[in-house]
Amino acid sequence: MKFSSKTKVSGEIPTSSMPDIIFMLLIFFMVTTVLREYEGLNVFLPQARKIERLESKRHTAHIFISKDGMISIDDKIIPMDNVKHVMYDKRVADPQLTVSLKADREASMELISDMHNELREADALKINYSSKVAAPS
Amino acid sequence: MDKGLGLVLPPKGEEKEIPKKNISNLLINARGDVLLDKEPLQIKDIRQVVLEKMAANDKLIISVKTHPKAKYQTYVEVLDQLKMANATRISIAETDK
Repeated sequence: MKFSSKTKVSGEIPTSSMPDIIFMLLIFFMVTTVLREYEGLNVFLPQARKIERLESKRHTAHIFISKDGMISIDDKIIPMDNVKHVMYDKRVADPQLTVSLKADREASMELISDMHNELREADALKINYSSKVAAPS
Repeated sequence: MDKGLGLVLPPKGEEKEIPKKNISNLLINARGDVLLDKEPLQIKDIRQVVLEKMAANDKLIISVKTHPKAKYQTYVEVLDQLKMANATRISIAETDK
C-alpha cells in the first residue's frame, strides 16, 4: 500500500506581502520620529540696532537665560554656580570662544550680572548679547 | 547666523583705578529710567549726550551700573546707544545687592 502525504508543504516563505510589511514599518517610523525641534529655552530676545554678526559658528557657545532665571547650556539646565565650570572647560577646549548670551528681554539684570561674574571666573570674556534687529526709529 | 551686541568683559581681578574726571556714570534704575552724571535723560538721547561728552574728553570711560531689578531689554538698549556713539570704553559696574 502506498502512502502519500496529502499535505504538501512547500519550503518557501511567501514573499509577496513583504513590500507591504516594509512600507508599514517605514510609515510607522516616519510618523513616530520627531525631528529635534527644541534647542535651548524659549526666550524673547531683546531688540537693538547696532548689531554685529558673530564671526564663526564653531567658536560660539550659547547660553540661554529665561526670564524666570533658568540657565541652559547645550540643552542642559544648569544652576548658576556651575556655569563657571562648564564654561571653563569650553574655554580651555577653544581659546577663541565667544559666548552668545541669549537672555530673555524680561530677565532681570541680577541674573545678567551674576552671569558676567561667572563668565569672568571662567575667563570667557568675549560675549555677545544676542538680539534682534529693531526697526529704525 | 547669530547676531547681537558684542562686549569684552574685564578679566577677573583686574580692577583698575580710573581718575574720576575720566568716568561718566550711567545708572539704570528698576523702572528703566536712566541717569547720566546725575542728569536724567531718555534712552534715545544717550547717543547724542555721550558723543558730546566724548568730544570734550577722549579718555572718557562710561561706567554702566544697573539696578538688579532692571530689565535686560533696557540694558541692551543703553548698550546699543553707547555702541552707536562709538563708545568703546565701556565698563560694566557690578550691581549692588
